[in-house]
Amino acid sequence: MRKGSPDTWAFAGAVGVVLLLGWLELRRPGGVSIARISGGLLTIDLLIRAGIFTIILVGLNLLMGYAGQVSLGQAAFYGMGAYFSAILTVKAAVLGISPAVARAWWWPWFVMGGAAVLVGVFSFLIGWVILRLRGHYLAMATLGLGIMVYIVLRENLGIPQLNLTGGFDGIVDIPRLHLGAFALWPESRYYFLVWAVALATIVLGLNVVHSPVGRALRAIHGSEAAAESVGIVVPLLKAQIFALSASLASLAGSLYAHFQAAVVPDTFGFVPSLELVVMSAIGGMASIWGAPLGVLAVLLIQELLRTHVLGLIPAVTAEMEPVIFGALLVLIMMFWPGGLVSSRRRRPVWGER
Amino acid sequence: MDALLEVREVSKSFDGLVALAEVTLCIHPGQIKGLIGPNGAGKTTLFNLIAGTLVPTAGDIRFRGQSIVGLPPYRIAHLGISRTFQNVQIFPGMTVLEHVLVGLHRYTLSGVLAAAARTRRIKGTEAALRERACALLDKLGLAAWADTPVDSLPFGLQRMVELARALATSPQLLLLDEPGAGLNPTEKAAVSQLIRKIRDEGVTVFLVEHDMQMMMGLADEVAVLDHGMLLAEGPPVEVQRDPQVIAAYLGEADDVA
Repeated sequence: MRKGSPDTWAFAGAVGVVLLLGWLELRRPGGVSIARISGGLLTIDLLIRAGIFTIILVGLNLLMGYAGQVSLGQAAFYGMGAYFSAILTVKAAVLGISPAVARAWWWPWFVMGGAAVLVGVFSFLIGWVILRLRGHYLAMATLGLGIMVYIVLRENLGIPQLNLTGGFDGIVDIPRLHLGAFALWPESRYYFLVWAVALATIVLGLNVVHSPVGRALRAIHGSEAAAESVGIVVPLLKAQIFALSASLASLAGSLYAHFQAAVVPDTFGFVPSLELVVMSAIGGMASIWGAPLGVLAVLLIQELLRTHVLGLIPAVTAEMEPVIFGALLVLIMMFWPGGLVSSRRRRPVWGER
Repeated sequence: MDALLEVREVSKSFDGLVALAEVTLCIHPGQIKGLIGPNGAGKTTLFNLIAGTLVPTAGDIRFRGQSIVGLPPYRIAHLGISRTFQNVQIFPGMTVLEHVLVGLHRYTLSGVLAAAARTRRIKGTEAALRERACALLDKLGLAAWADTPVDSLPFGLQRMVELARALATSPQLLLLDEPGAGLNPTEKAAVSQLIRKIRDEGVTVFLVEHDMQMMMGLADEVAVLDHGMLLAEGPPVEVQRDPQVIAAYLGEADDVA
């Protein structure tokens, strides 16, 4: 981050908000909690999920908003991280990992880091191939990748006798994280861990954006032909940013697994991937600060729908959610293409220049 | 004198349709070489083959004695060939200065991870690059628009920005695809002036241009393409008198009429 830039102030503000909310939840001065102030809308649970999604969104915004490469399968990498953590902590014995290692406090952290690296390498290789596709074709390829990963998780990685992923039922009893003997639980403690990582991810995102790499990414977005003509190694840079975004999603997945203590494949299917794109669009794709804003906006809308709206309409179930979000995405693309962070509302753009 | 770029019997066909047939030509260091020919003669195809956007069906292209056939455009850019495009290729939303900084990208050598960690080295090179970019904008008379988004500039200036971006890579060979298209006579004269200046600073220029008058006053040597074949090559005055060339251009005029 550049010293003295508006980002520095925004960051200081974000740290302040995170600390204030965390302190409220931890101390509850005079019985005041976040949930009570917000009429039950803002819970510690929601804030933790917001932190986890923010980590994914920073990567997704770099990929979609800056490099201009659409991913409709980002939840796949989120799922890979979550399942790596779940399997290697819960099913360590099946895999022949010594209990002494698997029960050590550092083991889940080691798995989390290892998963992020592995998913990064995997997505780099995949990205090298599929990022040659452009526009709709790339969107289709990532969509396919997302569905494939979902099915592989659901179908026990194709080796049912080991029952590593637990099929439809997933994996339960995932251990909480510890630092030595210090438990990062209850939720009010876990909240600080998640947001420390989320804030670090934001700094990382801002650094990339304000570096020559960020400039090169925007150039690729604008014209790949021109970017290549000045010597930008376009396929390499695209694969690198794809890998970075996948690594971050994997990290978020691991944090999610240790938070929920359970994972099921449906959390990482197509609809979650779509939700991530909606969050990105609402917050503003071409912006790092759009990440936390878009996440919070979507989570709050979801919460409002669940608690206040959907119940009022008979015969409408939670399955209406994707429909509502689809409609929301269309409206935003038409009337507010820059998302929450963009100050000017634009008139719809009918067709390209 | 050794050639800087040699195009040897290069052919290119698209699904059996021949765009270029065994074209051979040479560009010598320090030259301004022109490429002319009627629409559809294969001029831009030849440019795209040299820049690596297309791969020839047959033949060889050598830059400083090394074959560059099959290399991707960014590798060819690293070797020292830079270009502008017939349909201006700008980066929407990015300023003039940022365009030049993108042109300087090959001097940054920073990976994604180094950028994410914002290492000291990145901060250092960034300041140096900005200075270099500003100097280039000064030279090209674009300094006043440094912080203007390029998509809000008039077309003539967008072409200049493209040229600035190409020059930022410090090329040995500059490929200009119709630098005068869409410009008024005054702007054309200014561009001609600038191209000469660029050549005088040691950059070899190969340009496609429709405006015969501009080309004749500018190029040291001209090659003429027609229907994918090299019709003539030589000093502008000689080429202009070549009966085949006259026929090709008159033929085109007939078609138009």
